[in-house]
Amino acid sequence: MTPSTTLSWQVTLGNVLRRTAVLLFLIALGLYFSSESEQFLTERNLTNIAQQNAHVIIVTIGMTLTMLVGGIDLSVGSVAALGGAVSAGLIVREGLPIEAAVILTLAMGFGIGLTNGALVVFGKLPPFVATLSMMGVARGLTLLYTNGKPISGMGEAYTRWGRDRLSVPVVGDVPLPVIVALAVVLLALLLLTRTRFGLHIYAVGGHQETSRLAGVPVSRVQLLTYGISGMLAALAGMLLAARLYSAQPQMGVGLELDAIASSVLGGVSLFGGVGNVPGAVIGGLLIGVLGNGMNLLRVASYQQQMIQGIVLVVAVTVDMYTKRLERR
Amino acid sequence: MRLCGCVGACTAFFMYKSRMDQTPLLQMQGISKSFPGVQALKDIDLTVYPGEILALVGENGAGKSTLMKILNGVYSADEGAITWQGQPVAIHSPHDAQALGISMIHQELALIPYLDAGKNIYLGREPQGAIPGTVHWRKLYQQAQADLAELDLKLNVRTPVRFFSIAQQQMIEVAKALSIDARLIVMDEPTSSLTDREVDTLFSRMRSLRERGVSIVFISHRLEEVRAICDRVTVLRDGILVGTHPVAEVTTEDIIRMMVGREVGQMYERRNRAATDGVVLEVRNLSRGDRVRDVSFALRRGEILGVAGLVGAGRTELAETIFGAHPATGGEILLEGEPVHIRRPQQAIRSGIGFVPEDRKRQGLFLGMSVAANVVMAILRRLTRPVLIRWPRVEAITRESIQRLDIRTPSQAQRVRNLSGGNQQKVVIAKWLTLDPRVLILDEPTRGIDVGAKAEIYRLMHQLAERGVGIIMISSELPEVLGVSDRILVMHEGRLAGEFDARTATQNDLMNAATGTTLNKGMNPA
Ligand SMILES: Nc1ncnc2c1ncn2[C@@H]1O[C@H](COP(=O)(O)OP(=O)(O)OP(=O)(O)O)[C@@H](O)[C@H]1O
Ligand SMILES: [Mg+2]
Repeated sequence: MTPSTTLSWQVTLGNVLRRTAVLLFLIALGLYFSSESEQFLTERNLTNIAQQNAHVIIVTIGMTLTMLVGGIDLSVGSVAALGGAVSAGLIVREGLPIEAAVILTLAMGFGIGLTNGALVVFGKLPPFVATLSMMGVARGLTLLYTNGKPISGMGEAYTRWGRDRLSVPVVGDVPLPVIVALAVVLLALLLLTRTRFGLHIYAVGGHQETSRLAGVPVSRVQLLTYGISGMLAALAGMLLAARLYSAQPQMGVGLELDAIASSVLGGVSLFGGVGNVPGAVIGGLLIGVLGNGMNLLRVASYQQQMIQGIVLVVAVTVDMYTKRLERR
Repeated sequence: MRLCGCVGACTAFFMYKSRMDQTPLLQMQGISKSFPGVQALKDIDLTVYPGEILALVGENGAGKSTLMKILNGVYSADEGAITWQGQPVAIHSPHDAQALGISMIHQELALIPYLDAGKNIYLGREPQGAIPGTVHWRKLYQQAQADLAELDLKLNVRTPVRFFSIAQQQMIEVAKALSIDARLIVMDEPTSSLTDREVDTLFSRMRSLRERGVSIVFISHRLEEVRAICDRVTVLRDGILVGTHPVAEVTTEDIIRMMVGREVGQMYERRNRAATDGVVLEVRNLSRGDRVRDVSFALRRGEILGVAGLVGAGRTELAETIFGAHPATGGEILLEGEPVHIRRPQQAIRSGIGFVPEDRKRQGLFLGMSVAANVVMAILRRLTRPVLIRWPRVEAITRESIQRLDIRTPSQAQRVRNLSGGNQQKVVIAKWLTLDPRVLILDEPTRGIDVGAKAEIYRLMHQLAERGVGIIMISSELPEVLGVSDRILVMHEGRLAGEFDARTATQNDLMNAATGTTLNKGMNPA
């Protein structure tokens, strides 16, 4: 037995690079934008970035979980829209108190996620197919429920979660959606690093059969993971509706792509079992900063999409290259 | 010394007698199981007493793993009953089995590559932290460290297991199975990828477990291991129970006869013919980083060149470098006197070099594809007439391969995943034989292969050598290296540490060269 091979992996240059590559990328991007635009590095703009991307980060966390377990959740954008619409509808049309509306909406998101999970676990559908169908169904339900028109008038108690600020000692004023996102990130971090369930997510994503042999409740782990993703999508939808003052039926279109891009940028493997929360958050921020910076530099929107695509390819290539370095 | 051994043996015998009077720990009765197209098990009875080591032997595909997977709740039997400590039980999942006190080391490595050693060992039964649902990581790693230490392993428990060698991974699996406080441990070919030293450690642990009253079902194709450690032996053949005997009452030849159903001739037939023809492959100062350092040798036509050495000595790396799986960092390769540039396996294949890799599941096979597809994979180019695959040719070639290597499969269309381990290995070899190679490199070709098939594979190697193929065989089994090769190279830390004539060399010679004893401080020979 050669101990050298067992110790060296922690300290190789490749490993260090790999852990910080995307972070360095983010910092470089920040430096570039602040040199090109005076407004970029202002407190106002940074708060803006955080506020506008809080819902993306939340959805990204859910996506990261489903990707870690070896799946994917394409329905998050539609579920977010449905979540926004249903919560708004419950308050405006049914006159429910906000707390009840929020809880019911979260439960609905969880239920939709469980359905995704059940299609994968019991229906043996590939996650891509199951959640792609759900993406269509949830969008359709949203359109049905809203008759294709925005629902507004949820009241101040609801909309304040979109943009109000809470003054936090030392840091200053922090928008409420950012606080919600931070809470989600923290919980996910604890879940993945501290709990048995978190370890089981990695195990199932790493090798399903082996996990089964080790006595891991594979089906339950998968079901719950999809459930959480659905619930987080519904939460994100409510924050989005709150920020926009109304639940729009076309909200969250393409959100799943942002979430997948963020996760992948953050080093989450599309094949499961590899990745972590901090990485995914950095990936989400990278996408947010890129969008914001390009807006400040007045890049036209179709060029923005192109640049985003290129950045994704470059970042993932660098990531894979450093991963190879880590090998030896 | 000798007296001691006798007393020990006698005590063991009486302990064993007294164990036989106890109620069995486990009884499996009338177990049958069929897979599509295969009757894997038919009416099998198996009894395990407390504190005994029961050997379960049989040819590849005899049904050993299937029987044990039924016990472990991975498969459910079509018929039959299981009694545990006198009580009938139903085992529906590995979880159920664990709850009863049954743990299992699976034949295929069952570790999750990206998780570290500690997490792998305690996966599914993590120690709980202060809050329910959380994991007590410190405790987990401490326990894992202790589990590994019991097997004399000094590995970092926080290193993802994919960074370990196969042997190390195998030992981690052993640690995982032993860390479960089990009454019965099933070990499905735990030794197939271990070297002698690790096998010794494993055996001493098994003995101390037996003393504590733990029972073990031990599956192995190495019958000398069965002799060394087991109390009784149960033999299966083609899914049928041949019989169960105390090991002391049967000879190894008896066991082989029961397994195979016929006499198997001499295991190693010494070839008299020395390879005299010209050199087919020459390697000059070949290097790859610090894994292969400055290796030079020549392989003649019709020669079987054995390569021995400890795990990690660079033997596999040498083979992979010649084959172009990892480009060399220095040196040159000559085929029939011509320098060749091999930087990719494709180039090696085109030059007529075949390579049967050590890890057949990951490197040698397309598990999800049919036997036929696997067999013809290397010559697909030849079988596509302008563009379409000529299936009749594929079928004919596959039929011939199946016959020639006696591959046990219900049909050509069977997915390789569903074949037994030994038959999978034969498929890999069949693939390279279709190529008609000039040089064939075999890395641990008989790992996990039964005696009958082993003899067949040796015979095949001899036939190929007869036809002028140059063969390089890497093996950790010294008797095999000595018995099959004409000439033997020994590697140590990436370098050639010795060259021996197989007719005169002894196991000790090889061992000394492999451990670098001749160079380093004196070590006591066993
Ligand atoms: N999942 C499966 N599907 C179809 N056939 C299977 C499956 N598992 C095993 N078999 C078949 O059942 C028979 C018994 O296989 P098993 O793996 O139990 O053999 P074994 O005795 O363990 O052999 P080895 O020594 O090679 O490991 C073989 O013919 C094999 O092809
Ligand atoms: Mg087997």
